[in-house]
Amino acid sequence: MRALAAVLLAAGIAGFWVDAPAAPQAPAAAALDANGQLVDPALQARFEAVTKNLRCLVCQNESIADSNADLAGDLRRQVREMLVAGKSDDDIFKFMTDRYGDFVRFSPPLEPKTLLIWGAPFFMVLFGGFIVMRIARQRAHMPID
Amino acid sequence: MWKFLLPFAAFLALVVLFAFGLNPKRDIHALPSPLIGKPAPLFSLSQVNDPTGTVTNKSLQGQVYVLNVWGTWCPECRVEHPALLAISKQNVVPIIGIDWSIDHGDGERQKAKQWLEQLGNPYSEVAFDQDGRTVIDWGVTAAPETFLVDGHGRVIYKFVSAVTGEVWEHEFLPRIAAARRAGA
Repeated sequence: MRALAAVLLAAGIAGFWVDAPAAPQAPAAAALDANGQLVDPALQARFEAVTKNLRCLVCQNESIADSNADLAGDLRRQVREMLVAGKSDDDIFKFMTDRYGDFVRFSPPLEPKTLLIWGAPFFMVLFGGFIVMRIARQRAHMPID
Repeated sequence: MWKFLLPFAAFLALVVLFAFGLNPKRDIHALPSPLIGKPAPLFSLSQVNDPTGTVTNKSLQGQVYVLNVWGTWCPECRVEHPALLAISKQNVVPIIGIDWSIDHGDGERQKAKQWLEQLGNPYSEVAFDQDGRTVIDWGVTAAPETFLVDGHGRVIYKFVSAVTGEVWEHEFLPRIAAARRAGA
């Protein structure tokens, strides 16, 4: 039992060192495996989903899941720690948007000022349908030759 | 009627879109900071010059101050440095520096000390953010970034990239004067 605990602890420390060598007091340390992944697969899945939806603001078309920028690494650490601390995905997104603005999310929130972005595809489909219908009706009246 | 109105409406819509979208004064990379108008995030960090000493903005409540995030790894910060020195000589507001250790190493502290010794120190106090948490709280994406905090402890302005004498005169000084007139 003690041996197992020691192995787990060592794995935790090893995973931690791979990830962020400078801050040994980070609470996320024990929840990481040797590859720097969260031990709990459900948390790791949420971690991947959340970080894919957060923009790396240093290199604006990459997500923090993909980016090698130092800041992206710090933000991944933040997400991991908040997940381990039991925060919801919404808590994490709120933390990020409070600091970096809506631009940090790849999917913008539905608000009056973003109505155009969310509404445009539907509008275009309706508008296109309307034109197709008009043309079809006109053609229906044309004589067949 | 439709045949005339529809293209005309489309044309008008394009004119409006281009008027906003192609405005040469609009910087498409500029990000509005959600911090503007909000209380400045509080921090308590160690000093660059003395790891046992602390720098905090809690003691600055009631004062207008400038907060400058920089790092010795940042070329723009070197460009900015002479302007900061000149600004500090005017003695208008305290300038708090946050030295950002981007790799979480303590080496940055040594380099920052050297930087200040060799190039001069424009800061009233310099904090050392080794784990990058304070920098995240301030929503910093790339150094240098400079914030202005009013007497109510609210962030009233953020400038991204190197501050120059001109920026200081046109963007910072009027806001500082206004903040002080507003009774802070």
